Amino acid sequence: MNQIPTQDIIEEMENTRPGILDLRVVDRRTFLKLTGVTSTGLVLGFTIRDAASPVFAAADNEFTANEFVRIATDGNIYLYSKNPEIGQGIKTAVPMIIAEELDADWSDVIVEQAPINEEVYGRQSAGGSRSLTTAWDQVRKAGAAARAMLVSAAAKEWGVPESECRTEASSVFHDASNRKAAYARLALKAAEEPLPDLDALVLKKRSEYKLLGKRITGVDNHKVVTGQPLFGVDAVIPGMRYASYLKCPAAGGRVKSANLDEIKALHGVEDAFVIEGNNEPTELMPGVAIVANSTWAAISAKNKLKVEWDESQATKASWTEAQKNARDIAKNKSGDVLYDIGNIDGKFAEAEKSYEAFYEYPFLSHAPLEPQNCTAWVHDGKAELWAPTQRPEQGGNSVAGILGIDKKNVEVHQLRVGGGFGRRLMNDYMCEAAAISAQAGVPVKLQWTREDDMAHDFYRVGGFHALKGAIDKEGKLSAWHDHFITFMGSNKKPVTGGDMRNSEFPIDFFPDTRITQTMLPLRVPTGPWRSPRSCGIAFAVQSFISELAEEAGRDHVEFLLDMLGEPRWLEQGNIDAMNTGRAARVIKLAAEKAGWGKPMPKGRGLGMAFHFSHAGHFAEVADISVDENKKLTIHKITVAGDVGPIINLSGAENQSQGAVIDALSTTLGLQLSIENGRIQETNFHQYPILRMNKAPDVAVHFIESDYRPTGLGEPALPPAAPAICNAIYAASGIRVRDLPLSKHGFSV
Amino acid sequence: MPDIQLEVNGRDYEIKDIAPDTPLLWAIRDHVGLVGTKFGCGGGFCGACTVHLDGNPVRSCSVLATSAVGKKVTTIEGIAVDDTVLHPLQEAWIEHDVPQCGYCQAGQIMSAAALLSKNSNPSDSDIDDAMSGNLCRCATYIRIRRAIRTAAAKISGNTSRTGGNV
Repeated sequence: MNQIPTQDIIEEMENTRPGILDLRVVDRRTFLKLTGVTSTGLVLGFTIRDAASPVFAAADNEFTANEFVRIATDGNIYLYSKNPEIGQGIKTAVPMIIAEELDADWSDVIVEQAPINEEVYGRQSAGGSRSLTTAWDQVRKAGAAARAMLVSAAAKEWGVPESECRTEASSVFHDASNRKAAYARLALKAAEEPLPDLDALVLKKRSEYKLLGKRITGVDNHKVVTGQPLFGVDAVIPGMRYASYLKCPAAGGRVKSANLDEIKALHGVEDAFVIEGNNEPTELMPGVAIVANSTWAAISAKNKLKVEWDESQATKASWTEAQKNARDIAKNKSGDVLYDIGNIDGKFAEAEKSYEAFYEYPFLSHAPLEPQNCTAWVHDGKAELWAPTQRPEQGGNSVAGILGIDKKNVEVHQLRVGGGFGRRLMNDYMCEAAAISAQAGVPVKLQWTREDDMAHDFYRVGGFHALKGAIDKEGKLSAWHDHFITFMGSNKKPVTGGDMRNSEFPIDFFPDTRITQTMLPLRVPTGPWRSPRSCGIAFAVQSFISELAEEAGRDHVEFLLDMLGEPRWLEQGNIDAMNTGRAARVIKLAAEKAGWGKPMPKGRGLGMAFHFSHAGHFAEVADISVDENKKLTIHKITVAGDVGPIINLSGAENQSQGAVIDALSTTLGLQLSIENGRIQETNFHQYPILRMNKAPDVAVHFIESDYRPTGLGEPALPPAAPAICNAIYAASGIRVRDLPLSKHGFSV
Repeated sequence: MPDIQLEVNGRDYEIKDIAPDTPLLWAIRDHVGLVGTKFGCGGGFCGACTVHLDGNPVRSCSVLATSAVGKKVTTIEGIAVDDTVLHPLQEAWIEHDVPQCGYCQAGQIMSAAALLSKNSNPSDSDIDDAMSGNLCRCATYIRIRRAIRTAAAKISGNTSRTGGNV
């Protein structure tokens, strides 16, 4: 088995800097000219940049301002959402931004999923909490440009200066003459206006926002609650057959033999064959494909498959062995130096006290509720795919690669994603569906089962931290050492999600810090899991800071604020760099809202944790009682976050609450056992995601600072685990240093 | 292989040549062609596939299609009052902006609908009992609970129990 390319995926997601995407504008006249279509029938929108790429069909009674805005003469305003909707609310939030600058009445807006074409739209993936911040300037300009063209059209019609016109609720107004024109009526005239200079557009100030910051219900909610087709699994195309695919439970195993003749004789089965694949876990691993006339026929035939695997090249990974090795290494080795800042040896030598602890966390599965699936139709050198993916363009490229066709001949239709969490940054299921369709010669919908999903994930990698801190005479932290024990990919670098970066607290700001690293071999596919790196590291680091505060005889919040020092932006202008001032504000707000410092009854305690990740500053306080049987009552978790201005308050709160409960669920009871290369947990009975009867109250408070808005899919998650463990300690005196809590007898 | 007739949302569907071990879930999705009922785990653990069989909530992944013959199957597509008026739960779900990814929500609503059809003024523990078979991987539980209270208040005509906006 080839290891997945280390770090490429997360870096690709996260190195997309905001503000560098240019707006590629398409105007109606250009594509009318290009297409030669006259006033009847449909016209296709084309970008100026790439005249060969159709953007979307526009009727001839419409104003297609650009690839994000289409205004119909019937009053409907179509806004295009370019990123995959995976539950993060982007399909509502980004169109809200366009509508704000366009001054569209939200009730006139119909949001449609944009076609997948990064030449036209720029970045179209969903990951790293990047969608909002990278689209911010691009879509504000798209809305403002369309608005400017509508204003021009109205001003010309009325013979008044544009500067005397204003816009509101999908209309242009000229107050001096008491005139008003609806966008719908102006649409065709606006289409004749020249494109405005995008850099000269005046964008709204925050004080002028009418829509942003409000609570807006998700644009697909009506379809969701009425059960309309929406998700990947709902795709149905003409002539479609149903497919299943069985791979070796130990990654890297190949098919030696299979009872294909028996399978082909089963009711409903139309074909069964072996796929050799390219041995890339992110693309096409070897397995047995079954094509049938229904999903059940495909799944039940897969259950009857008898495959003899050649496991000579398969992983033999064992998590218990890895844990043992890591624990030994933590005791006996100090690791290779990754970062060495200041003079920690000197600080430890002169310290009043030094303190150390060993932390560890397990492998996790993403377990999105919609099992992987993809519908594909490969024929005549072309491939068309309908996929619930977080990286559609990349999926298309992978499919082109495995089919050996030009990527121009691959078209990907983005469908709603039934949970991402990072799992669908990998497009293995798209490659499998394409390969099965190509071989069977029919359109197929590939449906994974839950068992397939648990067995073939790109797991959140487990990790280990031997932490050591020095406390000076004033009771302040004076030196920090983390020996991070992680796992190595085939390129001798840490596996995806298993690296340590200087953006992790407190490396990038604390004066005397050393990070050392030891990498162990472990051949298990890993990948980004909600808040990659920070989702594990924060538990260790922020729990340990609470321990250090206690060792120093200090209040945790004061100790933490001391660590942060003077308010400063660690890299001026870089939204991905922590700002210790923003950090201090959320810490103080969370403490205040949770009643930090108030007397607590016996058996009940407050625990605080902060973490900065994915451009979000979050502090959380858990309020927990622990009884003598280690049963937890989680009274409340208080969240304070700063991600700049809030776009959709409803979505923002929902993301934060969801992230915190996701973290609680994980901290309490989730872990994977890996033996002989196989994940032992097969379904939700062995992977007990938290249920509603255990879900606590989560109170969310935002500081709406004036920084560029950033995403919320991830950064509320990392502080929750340490806040919970710090609260358990405060309530019970029991310090948990390895997860999940259920290992130590805790329950809710 | 038998031919069966299923009554789904008040309409009869003829399904020909269906394997006798076909779960009701797949009969609904593939044969009847209603895809609102979702596949999540196949083992009755997650509740995404919840439908009503003669008014009772069942996990359709774990019920044979043949055992639904002669019974009334109701799916998420069949609970609205009509094409324009939604079920109070569907309205409350939109009002409170419950969904994140949305994949589990049809099953959540079906479990809640079965609860409210028998108990229009459920306590918190009634709600927890009825809803604990449904997983939400995005953890929208706080809003699900609030939306159920809003819908219950609407159904029972008691508005004092509503959970506030969104």
